[in-house]
Amino acid sequence: MSISIRNVSKRFGAFTALNNVSLEVGSGSLLALLGPSGSGKTTLLRIIAGLEQADTGSIHVQDSDVSQLSAREREVGFVFQHYALFKHMSVFENVAFGMRVRHTPNDEVQTRVNELLHLVRLEGLGSRYPSELSGGQRQRVALARALAVKPRLLLLDEPFGALDAKVRQELRTWLRRLHEEMHVTTVFVTHDQEEAFEVADQVVVMRQGNIEQAGSPQDVFDHPATPFVMDFLGHVNVFHGRLEAGQMHLGGIAVEYPEYQQTESRDATAYVRPHEVELHRSPQGDTSLSVRVVHVNPAGPVIRVRLLSAAGAALNVDLSPGQYGELKVRPGEDLYATPKRVRVFLPDDYSI
Amino acid sequence: MHPSGVRTKKSAGGLVADEPLWLRVLLIGAAYAVIGLLILVPVAYVFVQAFAEGWQGYVKNLWHDPDTRHSIFLTLTVAPLAVLLNTVFGLAAAWTITRFKFPGRTLLVTLLDVPFAISPVVVGLMFVLLFGMQGYLGPSLRQMGIKVIFAWPGLLLATTFVTLPFVARELIPLMESLGSEEEVAAVSLGASPWQLFWRITLPNIKWGLVYGIIQCHARAIGEFGAVYVVSGRIAGETDTMPLRVEKLFQEYNNPGSFAVASLLTLMALVTLAGKYMLERYIAQQMAATRENTES
Amino acid sequence: MAKSPRVLPGFEISLGYTLTVLTLLLVLPLVACLFKAATLTPAEFLGAVWTKRAVATYMLSFGASAVAALINVLIGLLLAWVLVRYDFYGRRFLDALIDLPFALPTAVAGLVYSALLVKNGWYGQFLVPLGIQGAYSRLGIVIVLVFVGLPFVVRTVQPVLESLEGEAEEAAAMLGASRWQTMWRVLFPALQPSLMTGFALSFARGLGEYGSVIFISGNMPFKTEIAPFLIVARLEQFAYAEATAIAIVLMGMSLASLALVNWLERRSRRYAS
Repeated sequence: MSISIRNVSKRFGAFTALNNVSLEVGSGSLLALLGPSGSGKTTLLRIIAGLEQADTGSIHVQDSDVSQLSAREREVGFVFQHYALFKHMSVFENVAFGMRVRHTPNDEVQTRVNELLHLVRLEGLGSRYPSELSGGQRQRVALARALAVKPRLLLLDEPFGALDAKVRQELRTWLRRLHEEMHVTTVFVTHDQEEAFEVADQVVVMRQGNIEQAGSPQDVFDHPATPFVMDFLGHVNVFHGRLEAGQMHLGGIAVEYPEYQQTESRDATAYVRPHEVELHRSPQGDTSLSVRVVHVNPAGPVIRVRLLSAAGAALNVDLSPGQYGELKVRPGEDLYATPKRVRVFLPDDYSI
Repeated sequence: MHPSGVRTKKSAGGLVADEPLWLRVLLIGAAYAVIGLLILVPVAYVFVQAFAEGWQGYVKNLWHDPDTRHSIFLTLTVAPLAVLLNTVFGLAAAWTITRFKFPGRTLLVTLLDVPFAISPVVVGLMFVLLFGMQGYLGPSLRQMGIKVIFAWPGLLLATTFVTLPFVARELIPLMESLGSEEEVAAVSLGASPWQLFWRITLPNIKWGLVYGIIQCHARAIGEFGAVYVVSGRIAGETDTMPLRVEKLFQEYNNPGSFAVASLLTLMALVTLAGKYMLERYIAQQMAATRENTES
Repeated sequence: MAKSPRVLPGFEISLGYTLTVLTLLLVLPLVACLFKAATLTPAEFLGAVWTKRAVATYMLSFGASAVAALINVLIGLLLAWVLVRYDFYGRRFLDALIDLPFALPTAVAGLVYSALLVKNGWYGQFLVPLGIQGAYSRLGIVIVLVFVGLPFVVRTVQPVLESLEGEAEEAAAMLGASRWQTMWRVLFPALQPSLMTGFALSFARGLGEYGSVIFISGNMPFKTEIAPFLIVARLEQFAYAEATAIAIVLMGMSLASLALVNWLERRSRRYAS
């Protein structure tokens, strides 16, 4: 089932949660709504579910307008952030609930629930109570419960937010696989960009009630549309400089920027990711910046180097173990840094 | 945090959970009717009856009857004393139970609840069996010149027994949830037991303590069954205010009875107001701390 | 939980003080009570507690407390629901008034209700012509017990209702449950332990209640005489042993309901996370 969100706005008092948002979700896709808290992603999810009513705009599922349908009529599976399991019911009865309220015959319920418990790898735990389960198990019960009624859409609100790192990793892979098996259109909310990129085949970055960018994970990561997206998706080095005639001038070096050809000089901000900077022992023409090493953190798969430019600007660079082995950087050494990839944003589209 | 807070509040009474308007109105109306008929009207009626003979009649009934006057003094002596005893007891019991592990701890917690399960009349009976003239200890105490039953010590004992759990029950869950980290830290910094109590524990539990004291006091003033049995109901000697209400009622002195009742009702209303203000104050304090920690 | 035995001061003195008070005030009288009852032979004991008059008082105390507790469950659920779920004019005022029966001396409650329910009282003038005798009747006993026990159910249900996350109801709706199904299958089971606790507390309080009942019941043997009144009556005849025997039966009943409360609380903790 495809979802079409058309011009949806929502205000809570003086707070604008969603500002005229439109979005198409293709049938069978796995989409992540990514953004910081307060960006409106959860509100959007709840409006799709019918748990919240949009002030204006409409929601269409497979071309029929569902905006006026109540939550219980929308046939949407919803997984709550804190699972919202029914505490007084066993795991079995939690999963069976949706069928029970539809008066499904008991033997059918038995088969379906057992099937689902198998699917979420909780066979044999049907008689337990939610309080007797681990966080990851609860999460899977919530998922099985949402899937039990064969929903047209599956919506998940911060599905892994309350779990510890290891379980979270497992469940991500598992959700990805589950989606490949079931192919039900799925939307999930997260504030963790790594999670969004790893699980989703479509990522929507939201900020202050607006969609900043939508696209495939690779697309969004490689071509961030705004400084906010750039900033939100991983670490960045920020430089303030002057832009003129196709070149960006940053503290003594010049970087090509063909998009801006006017001769009139103006302020601009450049973003460089730490792994897109090379370090050298000797200057590399007018593209390298003289820097001094402040700190090296050689633990882990990436070696993080903190540097200070002659002008006093901080610069973070990530090196691979190979590069680190070649260079052998030590604190206090003077080096030359060459940004390999610079994204320039003009100040009028930058406002954090 | 702000937007999600708004959302939860909205959804609690929002799209999914709403009853139709007519049902809400009906239920709220029913709640008003129940409280009105069961609580408000009776309270109003106490004052209507008490002032049936006007101000002067009221004052006469309350002040110009020496036995009534004595009952007021007696209640206002016995109740605070019982509260004092139970405050000390409550602090000691809560400290023991929440700060130490020892065999029999659960039994101790259970014992604390026993006064709730015993009819006040039975409480009175137990003290009569112990301290009465036919009782186990009564005659020997009497020889020493101590009179417990049919005298104020009996009233104090009975009242203390009935209100025994109030302060402790308020403090135990509170101190349990506070944990002992701050106190352990204070001890490690060299605080003496006295400093520990006054500087760390008491400031943390003060509102719970006040709350417990208020409830304990209300109950101590109103105690009837236990006091009824141990007092012997000697007018001008062992009659407390509630007992005086009953005696005047039996003597068909309705205005007198209601005058004393109105004073008791007034105390109850003051108790409620105090509790209400305390709750609001605590809620405000908590909201303020939450805001501080969030921003 | 960071229990740190003996790091904190005052264990010996506070435990000692607590035990002393409990022994003097609680254990000693209880033992005296049992001692007194033990002076009776089993036949005498049975003769004291199983007279027709005594049995009538148990039936009345038990029945009136149970009926009052049941009414309190219904009223208490209504009040807790309205106070937690709706925002309306006077909500805080009603909420504060709920505690009045705890704060008001029971003698006052008995006095007022007996005056309200007599033939020419504010309530009685409407009820008595309808054949509803509130004063000096069993109905009157139930009414004052409802008043006295009212806060128990409200105050046990209220926090549970407040703590129920809206999410559970939303989850039920998302799974297709109607409002009514959500009520019965999700909300009611979650409230049930607290309703039963409230019932048991209200019941236990009703069993022992004395002050308010003696005003309104008229205390007629076999008709409106409650068990605590019979104890007092026996005591006034200096029949201490018989009074004690009846007291032990009464205590047994209320301890049983207290034990029930504890058991219910422990059971409901099974699914409290």
